[in-house]
Amino acid sequence: MPSLKDLRNRIASVKATQKITKAMQMVAAAKLRRAQLAAEAARPYAERMEAVLANIAGAITPGAGPALLSGNGRDNVHLLVVCTAERGLCGAFNSSIVRLARERANSLMAQGKTVKILCVGKKGYDQLRRQYEKEIIELIELRSVKQMAFTDADPIGRKLIALFDQGEYDVCTIFFARFRSVILQIPTALQLIPAQFAKGEAAAGAQASYDYEPSEAGILESLLPRNISVQVFRALLENAASEQGARMSSMDSATRNAGDMIKKQTITYNRSRQAMITKELIEIISGAEAL
Amino acid sequence: MAAFHFELVSPERLIFSGEVEQVVVPGSEGVFTVLQNHAPMMSTIRPGVIEVTSATGADKLFVRGGFADVSAKGLTILAEQAIPLADLDVAKIDAELRAVEEDIEDASTDATRFAALLRRDQLAAMRAALNL
Repeated sequence: MPSLKDLRNRIASVKATQKITKAMQMVAAAKLRRAQLAAEAARPYAERMEAVLANIAGAITPGAGPALLSGNGRDNVHLLVVCTAERGLCGAFNSSIVRLARERANSLMAQGKTVKILCVGKKGYDQLRRQYEKEIIELIELRSVKQMAFTDADPIGRKLIALFDQGEYDVCTIFFARFRSVILQIPTALQLIPAQFAKGEAAAGAQASYDYEPSEAGILESLLPRNISVQVFRALLENAASEQGARMSSMDSATRNAGDMIKKQTITYNRSRQAMITKELIEIISGAEAL
Repeated sequence: MAAFHFELVSPERLIFSGEVEQVVVPGSEGVFTVLQNHAPMMSTIRPGVIEVTSATGADKLFVRGGFADVSAKGLTILAEQAIPLADLDVAKIDAELRAVEEDIEDASTDATRFAALLRRDQLAAMRAALNL
């Protein structure tokens, strides 16, 4: 039976924890709004880009385009870009992305393919390191980034292209969490190289007769690398919003759990206090009766 | 003059969207002007100034490369970065130019050298835009 003092201390410490989780939840809520705005603001560019690309890609004969579009004809080496958060305490956010990537990596390895992993974000690296020490080629940390800007995503995109040009891998897939709502973030795998477009758009765009300056291939050549960066940027933005959403809901339930615990502990505290008073009274009364 | 729809987007956000009368675009193969009912075309853009004329007045913005897409729906510019000319600061650009020049000399690998050269060209274009 814990003493009254122990109980009091425990209640105080849970209360302190609750204050922290509450504060974290509110901070996450504020950051979430900003992240969501940023994700929404970036949407027009990515959409236009996709429309333009689908348009040109539709006009080009399959398999004839640049390697970024049609691949290099092999699929032996797969690069998995795993985007996670830099910080924990956000529920299952990091582990669900890592789980998806791990499943993919295992199934690729079972097929006898080579897997390479590039981690963006420290948490994913920490989790993957245990199992795939040899496969991880690099860790990119974005800890210092407060508000995700295109200049943060661009170097990653360039790196991916440089590695592809050096023949380091054949297929590139990026893993991140798509933001649906505060309580729902969907871990997603998106193939970056070779690029994939919705078929319907390509068919619709092919009818327009376009003038290309400098040339169709020239534009495609400068547009495709850019598209990779844009896709990475988009994934990072979605991820940032998802992270804050996940943190907000997990901190919300943590606050609620702390509240429940305080309630329970307070009842125990009051009961044992009452029991002690009763015991003392009985002692006094029985002592008086004995006289 | 008849108006058409013009959109200027950067990766981070939609910078401008609305009806305009005329846009001058610094295409990679020469400057071109887009008016209403321009034939569909697509062009890459070199660093330079786009001039937007609308019913309410004219506007000049510096773009750091990107793409222009003219379709039946209007003109869309996907810019890497767009800054209103009024926000550019000569002193700052000059300071950056000097820093980049040093980078070029210090560059140890071809890749970093190339990146620095590219940056210098962009800064030089920015500087030239201000002297218009």
